[in-house]
Amino acid sequence: MNALTLEGVNIAYGHTQVVHDVSFSVASGESFALVGESGSGKSTVLKAIAALATGWSGSIEVAGKPRSREHDKAFARQCQMVFQDPYGSLHPRKTIDTILAEPLQVHGLGNRNTRILDMLNAVGLDKRYRFRFPHQLSGGQRQRVAIARALMLEPSIMLLDEPTSALDVSVQAEILNLLKRLRAEQNLTYLMVSHNLPVVGFMCERMAVMQQGRIVEICDTAALRTGEFTSGYTQELYAASGGAG
Amino acid sequence: MAMLELENLRVSFPSAEGPVDVVKGISLSLGRERLGIVGESGSGKSLTGRAILKLINRPGVMHADRLEFDGIDLLSQSERQMRHLRGARLSMVMQDPKFSLHPVMRVGDQIAEALRCHERLRRRDVKARVIEMLEKVRINEPEAVARLYPHQISGGMGQRVMIAMMLIPKPDLLIADEPTSALDVSVQATVLDLIDSLVTDNGMGLMLISHDLNLVARYCDRILVMNAGEVVEECAAGQLQQATHPYTQGLLAAVPQMVEDRDELPVLDRSRWSGT
Ligand SMILES: Nc1ncnc2c1ncn2[C@@H]1O[C@H](COP(=O)(O)OP(=O)(O)OP(=O)(O)O)[C@@H](O)[C@H]1O
Ligand SMILES: Nc1ncnc2c1ncn2[C@@H]1O[C@H](COP(=O)(O)OP(=O)(O)OP(=O)(O)O)[C@@H](O)[C@H]1O
Ligand SMILES: [Mg+2]
Ligand SMILES: [Mg+2]
Repeated sequence: MNALTLEGVNIAYGHTQVVHDVSFSVASGESFALVGESGSGKSTVLKAIAALATGWSGSIEVAGKPRSREHDKAFARQCQMVFQDPYGSLHPRKTIDTILAEPLQVHGLGNRNTRILDMLNAVGLDKRYRFRFPHQLSGGQRQRVAIARALMLEPSIMLLDEPTSALDVSVQAEILNLLKRLRAEQNLTYLMVSHNLPVVGFMCERMAVMQQGRIVEICDTAALRTGEFTSGYTQELYAASGGAG
Repeated sequence: MAMLELENLRVSFPSAEGPVDVVKGISLSLGRERLGIVGESGSGKSLTGRAILKLINRPGVMHADRLEFDGIDLLSQSERQMRHLRGARLSMVMQDPKFSLHPVMRVGDQIAEALRCHERLRRRDVKARVIEMLEKVRINEPEAVARLYPHQISGGMGQRVMIAMMLIPKPDLLIADEPTSALDVSVQATVLDLIDSLVTDNGMGLMLISHDLNLVARYCDRILVMNAGEVVEECAAGQLQQATHPYTQGLLAAVPQMVEDRDELPVLDRSRWSGT
């Protein structure tokens, strides 16, 4: 079964349409990437799936069920999003502990103390950061809190918007290994936005390339080994990333 | 003498066990060149950049034996004098661009304000310069984007607006903290070339903080590697691949490759270095 299916999706903010006729599907347990031009609508596609952008038409199905436009609790347990902008997505006056405990509270899950400590450990944050506020952490430390928060509810689908672009390579390696291991252990599905093609090759089986609100190509990430792409734009991105060299 | 001279910079924060140093005695000098700073998350890169502009907020405290910019002793400048320098000669592109932008002001007006602090221009000329700058950072439909608010632009557009704002007064020194982390590689190249042209044509000094080792190796002259508040290695940018410090080698090994056959990426053995 498909974890996610989008068909003919158009998305607008007010009267401005920014995403045009997007269709793709992600199989359950698959890891799928959205890459492409800055401003081409990648975050917007993720937001529509997460019901954070509501001006869409077309069809979005999550685990075989049509996606509603409202926030619902069951959906939150099934599907979580990690936002591109870690600072904006963490409440400035809540401690890391509160930020991580909240989803557990809302969904009535127990064992909070152990779960929080285990999660901090999993994302490589020392427990001394637990009672700090977001502004007392470095950029990369904040991003790890955002990833930890999304993982707290053990969702089966993760929408990851540039999850490691704020991280240095060593922490990135830890987070990518963690995401990869969790996926293998729990059969998670990932829809991941990234502009880093080697990261996409490491994490994902397939990718869709976006430019100016449209998908210009969908291909296996194995193509990154050879550079054989059908769209000129993908070839340009590949060359600017240093190709296979 | 170099444009920027920094000696023995320390930044500390209070904790239950007394003050903790997160930057532990950094010295550097920067001429009209491109200096790259790399290092693990939390190693003190951003705080070093902010300290140079004297932007460490309470309860943080900074100390330096010397901090001089173009012969000006920054340590003895008042906050008012610093603000003046920051608007015109010293610029910093912050790591969280959308957070650093004013949330209820149109992005075009924010860039215009940065320009007006620096030059007296007619209204029409200001507008033209703002649009021109947005074009230079490859924003499509710049007139329309100039009228948007920060929450209406994408992550990468926010980063480019911030860069436009910092470059428009043509600073002498630019500290760029992860300026292109949200940009696709193609736009990234354009933006870095633009910054580069200010270094070559106007003699701007650049401090480029980035976790992208390849990018820093390509765009800088010299690289400092930071770990836990200290500089552990310094090398010419072209020599990064031959770095000798095990920490730097660890970072290099962690970079995913386009043709990647490793199932798992190597991670640093943190117990070998003290954490922050
Ligand atoms: N709240 C909003 N209101 C109006 N327009 C918006 C809003 N959010 C995004 N947009 C516009 O939608 C377009 C796509 O933005 P989106 O954030 O999806 O891009 P992206 O592909 O994620 O880019 P990046 O790689 O830079 O993050 C942009 O032109 C942006 O200005
Ligand atoms: N307000 C604060 N109170 C206490 N500690 C702080 C505060 N701000 C920063 N720190 C700590 O100082 C250290 C250095 O932070 P800095 O932001 O300079 O790191 P960085 O090298 O820029 O990391 P990144 O690559 O993740 O952005 C971090 O361990 C951080 O947790
Ligand atoms: Mg985005
Ligand atoms: Mg930083």
